[in-house]
Amino acid sequence: MLEDGSLYAGEARGDFRETPCEVVFNTSMTGYVEILTDPSYAGQGIVMTYPMIGNYGVSKEDFESDKLQPCAFLVHELCDTPSNFRNTQTIDSLLKEYGIPCMSGLDTRAVVKKLRESGTMRGVITDDISDKDRLMQVIKDFRQEKLVESVTLREKRVRGEENSGAKIALMDFGTKRNITNNLVKRGCVVTEYPAWTTAEEVLRDKPDGIMLSNGPGDPADCVDIIKEIRKFYDVGIPTFAICLGHQLMALSVGGETERMKYGHRGANHPVKFLHEDRTYLSSQNHGYMVNGKGLPSNAEINCINVNDKTVEGIVYHGKPIFTVQFHPEASAGPRDTSFLFDRFLKMVAEGRYDD
Amino acid sequence: MIDKSIKKVMVIGSGPIIIGQAAEFDYAGTQACRSLKEEGIEVVLVNSNPATIMTDGDIADKVYIEPLTIPTLTKIIEKEKPDSILPTLGGQTGLNLAMELEEKGILKENGVRLIGIKASAIKKAEDRQEFKDTMEKIGEPCIESLVVHDVESAVEFSEKIGYPVIVRPAYTLGGTGGGIADNEQELREICANGLRLSRVTEVLIEKCIAGWKEIEYEVMRDSKGNCITVCNMENLDPVGVHTGDSIVVAPSQTLMDKDYQMLRSSALNIITELGIEGGCNVQFALHPDSFRYAVIEVNPRVSRSSALASKATGYPIARVAAKIALGLGLDEIPNAVTGKTFASFEPALDYCVVKFPKWPFDKFVTAKRTLGTQMKATGEVMAIARSFEAALQKAMHSLEENRKSLLYPDLMAKSLPELEKRLENIDNTRIYVVAAAIYNDMPLEKIHNITKIDIWFLQKIKVIVDMEKKLMTGCCDRDTLLEAKRLGFTDDVIAKNVGVTEAAVKNLRKMWKIQPSFSIVDTCAAEFAAQTPYYYSDYCVENEVDTTKKKHKKIMVLGSGPIRIGQGIEFDYCSVHSVWALKQAGCEAIIVNNNPETVSTDFDVSDKLYFEPLTPEYVTNIVEMEQPDGAIVQFGGQTAIKLTKTLNDLGVTILGTDADHVDAAEDRERFDEILEYCDIARPKGQTVFTTKEALAAAHSLGYPVLVRPSYVLGGQGMQIAASDADINEFMGIITRTIPDLSEHPVLVDKYLMGQEVEVDAICDGKDILIPGIMEHVDRAGIHSGDSISVYPAVTLSEKVQNTIVDYTKRLASALHVIGMMNIQFIVLHEEVYIIEVNPRSSRTVPYISKVTGIPAIALATRAMLGEKIADMGYGTGLFRKSGYYAIKLPVFSFEKIIGADTSLGPEMKSTGEVLGISKDFNEALLKAFDGGGVSLPKDGKIIVTVRDKDKPEICEMLKEFKDSDFRFYATPGTRKALMDAGFTNVKPVNKISGDSPNIMDMLNAGDVSLIINTPTHGRIPDRDGFKLRRISVESGTSCLTSLDAAKALMESTFIVPSDKMSLTDIATLAVKPQK
Repeated sequence: MLEDGSLYAGEARGDFRETPCEVVFNTSMTGYVEILTDPSYAGQGIVMTYPMIGNYGVSKEDFESDKLQPCAFLVHELCDTPSNFRNTQTIDSLLKEYGIPCMSGLDTRAVVKKLRESGTMRGVITDDISDKDRLMQVIKDFRQEKLVESVTLREKRVRGEENSGAKIALMDFGTKRNITNNLVKRGCVVTEYPAWTTAEEVLRDKPDGIMLSNGPGDPADCVDIIKEIRKFYDVGIPTFAICLGHQLMALSVGGETERMKYGHRGANHPVKFLHEDRTYLSSQNHGYMVNGKGLPSNAEINCINVNDKTVEGIVYHGKPIFTVQFHPEASAGPRDTSFLFDRFLKMVAEGRYDD
Repeated sequence: MIDKSIKKVMVIGSGPIIIGQAAEFDYAGTQACRSLKEEGIEVVLVNSNPATIMTDGDIADKVYIEPLTIPTLTKIIEKEKPDSILPTLGGQTGLNLAMELEEKGILKENGVRLIGIKASAIKKAEDRQEFKDTMEKIGEPCIESLVVHDVESAVEFSEKIGYPVIVRPAYTLGGTGGGIADNEQELREICANGLRLSRVTEVLIEKCIAGWKEIEYEVMRDSKGNCITVCNMENLDPVGVHTGDSIVVAPSQTLMDKDYQMLRSSALNIITELGIEGGCNVQFALHPDSFRYAVIEVNPRVSRSSALASKATGYPIARVAAKIALGLGLDEIPNAVTGKTFASFEPALDYCVVKFPKWPFDKFVTAKRTLGTQMKATGEVMAIARSFEAALQKAMHSLEENRKSLLYPDLMAKSLPELEKRLENIDNTRIYVVAAAIYNDMPLEKIHNITKIDIWFLQKIKVIVDMEKKLMTGCCDRDTLLEAKRLGFTDDVIAKNVGVTEAAVKNLRKMWKIQPSFSIVDTCAAEFAAQTPYYYSDYCVENEVDTTKKKHKKIMVLGSGPIRIGQGIEFDYCSVHSVWALKQAGCEAIIVNNNPETVSTDFDVSDKLYFEPLTPEYVTNIVEMEQPDGAIVQFGGQTAIKLTKTLNDLGVTILGTDADHVDAAEDRERFDEILEYCDIARPKGQTVFTTKEALAAAHSLGYPVLVRPSYVLGGQGMQIAASDADINEFMGIITRTIPDLSEHPVLVDKYLMGQEVEVDAICDGKDILIPGIMEHVDRAGIHSGDSISVYPAVTLSEKVQNTIVDYTKRLASALHVIGMMNIQFIVLHEEVYIIEVNPRSSRTVPYISKVTGIPAIALATRAMLGEKIADMGYGTGLFRKSGYYAIKLPVFSFEKIIGADTSLGPEMKSTGEVLGISKDFNEALLKAFDGGGVSLPKDGKIIVTVRDKDKPEICEMLKEFKDSDFRFYATPGTRKALMDAGFTNVKPVNKISGDSPNIMDMLNAGDVSLIINTPTHGRIPDRDGFKLRRISVESGTSCLTSLDAAKALMESTFIVPSDKMSLTDIATLAVKPQK
């Protein structure tokens, strides 16, 4: 049941129990394991638009974090007979293992059309619709709080070979593993910090550059974190930010974010790089966006979404800082913009942004 | 930004429909021409195929239906002076021609450039060695291989890498001449053949990776370097079966995101390195148990796969490719489906698409049905559903092969060892054999080990088989029924298995509210609101069709399904023109079709497109949803005609000739009554139901007789019988293909050897309009689709022509024909006989429309809507002659179908056609032959070997050429007859089975221009004549089995000066109505 009272029928799968969530949809045709383990989905119920989910089974090598992150998984058909050389288990058994309820047999297209028209809604999956008022109350009571805190690291940790290359401090707001992997692959030593770590603490470790990660929820809720990010900005340390990190950087310098009608979640979003006049396909997952208002004069919007012209990237002139809304680390999704990690490391090496 | 220096673009079409190059290029070319014109570009189109929409006068500014040869293209370039050529829309033919124009310096001489792709890129993609080097350079893995130019090097290399190896000839289409060799002997055979067929005598010997997954990506790139993939596809049949012969599913099903993105990135790297500005298809082999992969092939152009990808996703690849060629960026081209997004995004599918090939084995009973690297399918169908199971079953239903279920009784009854053996041999029935093996509980692992088909697909087939087994137990509760419908079972299959009537199943569904609904194909998985009404059906989902009537009438046009021999692209031409005429007349036009290669399934042709099987249940669903005011069945060939009863039962008005009169034309006895009433003669004949009756009929009529089933297309199973043995053989074949003769009896007619004449007429119930009379060069007995057809008739007297017009009028009136009608006559000794009347559109309509300038289908559609012909402005009766001769020549694909007999008879065998047009008869004929790939130099070597009864005639015929420079060779019997008739310069050659030097040696030498051979009787493959015809096909030597055709070719070659050639712009032939 959605918060407007509309009902959709399906079959209970996974570790089923009544669960309220924010209902969002993702249009990726592959990558459900990566999506399920992306911490940005914390607090959400994901509707997959591709109708057959689970065809290639599960490989835990593809996890983007330690566990499954969303509250619920909603699909048209769940495949119990998967096939792929790396497959180790069915998606249903994975959902059970991590305690995630699932609904299959859902007319996902109908739900997507509803969300597209009405905007993202809260809802509840349940096996008892006898008392609709009660369900409505469950939906109303559903709050998403302290999402970043719930998904971030407890203690800082180091990835990559010591003393091998640039030292990068990654602020974990709910990061995907592939951000670190991309940096380590390029020879970096990455220190991942819990989200609440202060700028001073991080800078004390003398990193060469800062990486602000993706993460869940409303960026405006992260008041304390924003303050710390402002310090990075003022210090002028080379910084690259993705998704939530991009939004937080914009907020820290006076920009505004706003909730989108139904967000961008999928692997087919075209992003135009205005300087280069080039368009790349990107993986995206966000329900909030930087709207371009209130940004300082040195902030230039250098990437936009081709479809709806929303802000996809900002470069802060005079500072070695650039941020993107989309996911250059891909996983799931196209790898077309992984060159941004090279651009970041070049910036780290040279101390200035130069495109 | 559009490159302002591009003002006039020449587009090269793909020529006649042949196996490996079908209607997809009409779809692509039409879309591209319109796309170019939208941008204000002047378009010059060249294509020899008259049955296409793209060669309509209003698709391009200048339209040349001329032979696709270098001399002709050069002439057109000199005349039209285009600044650019877009070579990527005409398939392999277009690309090869562009390459040749470049290599010969013709482009440079005329200041013309290639757009969309550079010559160097064509070479990099097409030349085996350059391709390998290019892939190596960018680190993309290829399969171990070596380019060779002779057999010995091939053998040496194969010994090094080990058998089996794949042989791939360079510059051929559809893998012509290729194959898998398991040992040296096979390699020698295949390799020699491949070298012969290659334009550059070059083949690639490659390590066989049969069994790997075959995955394709459709990629687009613009001049800024932006790249996207439109779609990826996974072949159910692993590497080893040509993708054109594979069941293909989109998107891929068994690839994890890591696999998917690895291959996607590779495809983007490749298109970037090749520098293609447009569309490109990349085929990969993916190792099933690792991340290892290899690039199999790159097609730097639009292709069959890109047509499929376009229809599967809604992304108009050809349209976008054309705009990119002009310089526009992907981010500047709007996506017409959503109106909100741009071409620089990747479609997201929220359904599954299955493509199923359509093979011509019903036409070629002697042909080998095995599938390999050489494509054999003539066409394909596509089906859409939310589950793979339903999509697969819908695709199977769309084939119209009487297969309603994957389970086939013959196969189900086979033992496991028998089935195992069948599985080892890959042929067109493989999927049904797999289903039967699953039915008989063969473990999936075992099936996988034999076939290498991914377990995922086998599991899904098992779901279907298990459901059918469950239904067989009589189980039919609500959940079972719902699940069965969701899996794509039709009511009749459910009913048969459960043991109830179809009506009972339908009632249960009504009661339990298990009703189909329709979803939209929108390129974006519902993320954005779609503007385009492109629908598919499924169960238990929200219905998205808006059925409110937007115009005064809602008319449904039934399409013609997959391209097959006898029902080709011309019916799509007719369907599309009818839709356009309906829209013009202010009606809402709905089209139903399932062929992804066609123009009719383009989303912006009709007001609504239903991509569904053309079978009673699916059509019923659409009718019940839409409640149309009428339906048109005349333009979709037999596929649409067969649905007449269903539509009638639903109370849908059939526009045009009503069903009863269609039946009167098909039913022997009723038709005889009508002929009697009209006082028109026909060859005597009888209707029979059994072989015994057929023999009796033949005896009473006297041999030779014509034997054919009623209600067929393309003369399926039609043969001339000269003896009881023939009757027995043919009746055997007919009863095999048509299970129930009591519904569709067999006709036995006296065979008259006269002049065959054909007319298409537009009728309104009162008046008729005949655009022109066509006569066949070949005498009666060769199927009209395989005959050379001449417009206007040249040998008929005024009196005979008048009789034909008069008979046409009488028949139109007696049969109450409204719309199109096609009549075939035989003229013998100035008497006119009727062979058959088809109150529907025919394959000659597109060409006769073009050459006479009469928009026949538009007028017929208007007549069906109630308009009078007399008011249309083209007059009535026989239309004036156009001043041009137009000659339609059939084109065959015999080189693709190993083992098929190439001799012509009453059963149709051609896959396509070309047109020769000129003010001079002989020049038109020569152009037709030229376009059809038959060229005879003035001093060409001609081998003559004919059966005894044709010997007097050949002597008479060749007299005419005594003074020519032709060099004649003849086999002993034929040579003796010629010598006796006074020929002195005929050199001897032995039959194939005779001592050297025999015909084989001459063919191997490769300088024979033409073989004239008439078949002795029977289809026995080990006979000399059969072998000769096969070998001529395989060696690429023209072989004519019709004396009439041979005579026509020789005459026109002899008469027409070789340096002369005129050009005709079809666009100037259109006739304006006189008000």
